[in-house]
Amino acid sequence: MHYLRKIKDRSARHVMLGIAVFAVLFLLVIAISLFIKALPIMREKSIWVLLTSGSWRPFKGDFGFLPFILSTLHVSLLAILIALPLSLLTSIYLHTYASRNTRSFFQPFIDVLSGIPSVIYGVWGTLTIVPLIANKIAPNFVEFSSGYSVLAGGMVLAVMILPLLISILLEVFRSIPQEMTDASMQLGATKWQTVKKVVLRKSFPGILAAVVLSVSRAFGETIAVLMVCGNITEIPHSLFDACYPLPALIANNYGEMLSMPSYESALMLAAFLLFIIIVLFNALSRVILVQIEKRYSL
Amino acid sequence: MKNFEEQFFKTLMIVSASIIIGVLVFIIGTIVYKGLPALSWDMITKLPGGGFYLGKEGGVLNAIIGSLYIVGGSLIISIFLSIPVVMFINFYLPAGSAFGNITRFTFDILFGIPSIVYGAFGFALMVYLGIRASLLGGIITVAMLIMPIMMRSLDEVTRLLSRDLPDALLSLGATKYEMIKVILRQLMPGIVTAVLLALGRGIGDAATVLFTAGYTDNIPNALDQPAATLPLSIFFQLGSPVAEVQNRAYASAVILTAVILVLSFAARYFSSRFSKNKL
Amino acid sequence: MKDIDMETWQDKKVKDALQPVTSAVSIRIKQLNVYIRDQHILKDIDLILPEKSIICIIGPSGCGKSTFLKALNRMHDETPEVKITGNIFVDGEDIYSNHVNVIDIRKKMGLLSQRPCPLPMSIFDNVAYGPRIHGLTRRKVLNQTVIQYLQYVGLWEEVRGRIRTPATRLSIGQQQRLCLARGLAVEPEFILGDEATSALDPISTKKIEELFLNLKEKYTIILVTHTLRQAKRIADHVVFMYMGKIIESGPTDEFFNNPRKQLTKDYLSGSFS
Repeated sequence: MHYLRKIKDRSARHVMLGIAVFAVLFLLVIAISLFIKALPIMREKSIWVLLTSGSWRPFKGDFGFLPFILSTLHVSLLAILIALPLSLLTSIYLHTYASRNTRSFFQPFIDVLSGIPSVIYGVWGTLTIVPLIANKIAPNFVEFSSGYSVLAGGMVLAVMILPLLISILLEVFRSIPQEMTDASMQLGATKWQTVKKVVLRKSFPGILAAVVLSVSRAFGETIAVLMVCGNITEIPHSLFDACYPLPALIANNYGEMLSMPSYESALMLAAFLLFIIIVLFNALSRVILVQIEKRYSL
Repeated sequence: MKNFEEQFFKTLMIVSASIIIGVLVFIIGTIVYKGLPALSWDMITKLPGGGFYLGKEGGVLNAIIGSLYIVGGSLIISIFLSIPVVMFINFYLPAGSAFGNITRFTFDILFGIPSIVYGAFGFALMVYLGIRASLLGGIITVAMLIMPIMMRSLDEVTRLLSRDLPDALLSLGATKYEMIKVILRQLMPGIVTAVLLALGRGIGDAATVLFTAGYTDNIPNALDQPAATLPLSIFFQLGSPVAEVQNRAYASAVILTAVILVLSFAARYFSSRFSKNKL
Repeated sequence: MKDIDMETWQDKKVKDALQPVTSAVSIRIKQLNVYIRDQHILKDIDLILPEKSIICIIGPSGCGKSTFLKALNRMHDETPEVKITGNIFVDGEDIYSNHVNVIDIRKKMGLLSQRPCPLPMSIFDNVAYGPRIHGLTRRKVLNQTVIQYLQYVGLWEEVRGRIRTPATRLSIGQQQRLCLARGLAVEPEFILGDEATSALDPISTKKIEELFLNLKEKYTIILVTHTLRQAKRIADHVVFMYMGKIIESGPTDEFFNNPRKQLTKDYLSGSFS
C-alpha cells in the first residue's frame, strides 16, 4: 500500500519534471527551427544585404527587408508615442487620485480592451480610422492618401497596446513604498508634485520596461496592422504613406510560396528576426520587472 | 501656480482616462452599429451558401463550430500541460529554486511571442511532420499560443494560496501527489479563470490559424480536415469587394465580440470569487 | 499481502478505536540543532517528553517554539534552507535516520495549526481523508470511523444533518474541532498544537482545552502556546524556551511555583514577553 503510494508520487514527480523541461526547451526548439529554415537565404545573400537593401523582388531573387523593417519601426514607434502619454496619465490618475470605486469601475474596460481580438481592431480601423485619415486628416497635409497608412497602423496599434501598458504601469507604481510618497506629501508637496518628483523618478526603470514590452507587442501584431496599413512594398516617407510591416509580409505570403524555396526561406528569416528581437525585448523588460518586484517585496 | 499645475494635470489625466473609455465604447459601438443590421438567426445557425468561401447566403456556422473545435482541442492540450508544470514548480521545487525561476521566465517570454511567429513555426512543423492544414494543425498551433497564458495565470493564483492547506495535508501523511489533488480542488475557480482567459485569446486569434487550420465551408468531422475559424471568416469576408459579403463580416464581428465580452465578464466573476475564497 | 494488511489494520481500528494505547510511547530529543540559512534557530535541545500527558512549550515570540514543533513531524523537509543536526527518538527510533519514511512520521504526529484549515470538501470527506489515503476503503468502516471521531470531538450532534456539506460553512471553532477529528482519524500517537486556540473565541477555546484533557488518556499532546494561563490550566509539564534554548522544564506546579532560573522568574512575572 505504502509502496504503491510512493511509486505514484515518484512517477507523478518525474512526469511533471519532464513536462516542465519540455516546456522550457520549447523556446529553444522554436528558435532553432526558425533559424534552420532561414539558413538557405542567408547562404545565398549576406545578412547585411538582406537587412539593408530596399529592393524586394522575390521572383527575381531580390530579398531586401528594409521596407518591412522600417515599416514595422515606424508603426510601432508611432503607436508608443500615442499610447504612452495616454496610459501614463491614466495610470497615474488611477494609482494616485482615483478612489477605490473608480478603479474597480475602470478595470473592466482595460480587461475588455485587452481581450478584443486583433481582427476586430482591424475591422474597427478600416471602418473608422482609415476613412477619417483619408477624408479629414490627410487632405490638410498631402495631396492624396487612401487612408491605409502608417498613421492608421500607429493609431490602431496604440489602442491595442494601451491595456498592456496601463496594467504594467499600475503594477510598477504599486511597487513604490507608501512611506516614500507619504514622506513627500508630509513635506507639503501636492499630489502632482509627489508624482513628478517621487513616483515618476522612482519608477523610471519600470516605465522603461513597460515601453519595451509594449513596443515588442506592437512589433508582432499582425492581422489588425495588415488590415489598415495598405501593404505596399515601399519605404514610407510620410505618415500618410502606406507601409508593409514584417508580420503582415509573413501573413500575406507564407504558406502559398512553398514552390519557391528561397522565398519561403526569406519569410522564415522574417519570422526569425521578429522572434529574436521580441525575445530580446521581452527578456530585457522582464529582467527589469523582476528586479523591481524583488527590491520592494522584501 | 502650484495649484494651477495640479489642476491642469489632474484634468489632463481625467481626459485621458475618459478617452480610453471612449475609445472602447467607440470600438464596440462601431462593430455593433455596422454588424447588427446584417446579423440574423441564419448567420449563427446555417452553413455558408451561394459560392465557394465567400458566398452571400447562409451563415457562418462552419466558422463558429470550427473555432470551438480548435479552441476546445487546444484547451485540453494546454490544461494537461500547464497544470503539471505549475504544480511542479510550486510544490515539488523549493521556493526560489533556480529551475522554477527559469521556467517562469521562459513562460513570460513565450507569452510575448507574437501569434504570427507561432503560426509560421506551426506550419513549418506541420510540413515537417507531413500534416496538411487541418483541424489538428490549428489545435496544435493555438495550444502553443494559449499554453503560456494558462500557465501564467495558474501560477499567479497558485502563488496566492496560503501555505496552510499544503501543510495541513502533508501533516496528515499525504504524499505530494495526493496533496496536489486536493489543492487543485481549492484552486478550481482560479483554473476556470485561466481557462476563460485562454479561451478568449484562442478564439479570437487569426494569425495562428491562418496557415495551419485551412478554411472550408463545411464543418470538419475529422482531425485531418480543414476547419474554418471566426476571425478568419471575418478577415476573408471583409476582403471581398461585394458589399453583401462585407456585411457578413460585420455580423461575424458582432458574434465574435459578443463571445469575447461574455468570456471576459465570466473570467472576472470567477476571479473575484476566487479572491473571496482564499483563506 | 495488501488485503491482509488492510484487514488487520481495520480490525485493530474498530477494536481499539477509543481504547488507550498500551505500548509505551515517548519522545527523546538529543542535541537537536536547527539552522535556517545562516541563522542558528534551535541550540542544543535535550529533552525527554513523558508519554500520555500534555506538554506546553512557552516562551516569547521568535524563541523557536514553532520551529521546534515542525522538527517533530519533519515539516522542515519542505524547506531546503533548513539544516538539522541531532536526534529525535520516537518510540526508540530516530525519525531523522535515513530509512525512516517521512509519511509514517507525519501519520504518527497529528498537527493542529493556528488557524483551522478545512480541506476543500465536505465535513465527512475531511475526516475520511486521512484514513482513505492510508488505505481504508470499506465504506461501512469508513462511515463508522468518521462518526466516531466526530462524536469524539463533540461535533457529531452539531453537524449530524449536514455531514455532506462543505466544511468551510462551519464556524471557526467548529472548524478547529473538525481539524482535530481529521487529525485523530489518522490514528496518531502524538498531537502537536501550534497555538491551536489563538484564533478562537473563549468558548471554543474551552471546548478544545477540555478535549485535550480527555485526549491525554490516549495521546501525548505537545502544545505551543502564547498564553501562560493556558499552560497553567491544562499542562502536566512545561518547557520554557528563550532565544532557541531550553531554559527550564518541569512539572507544571513546580515550574510555576518554584522556578529555578532567574530568566524563568522574569518571564513569569511579565518582565518581558
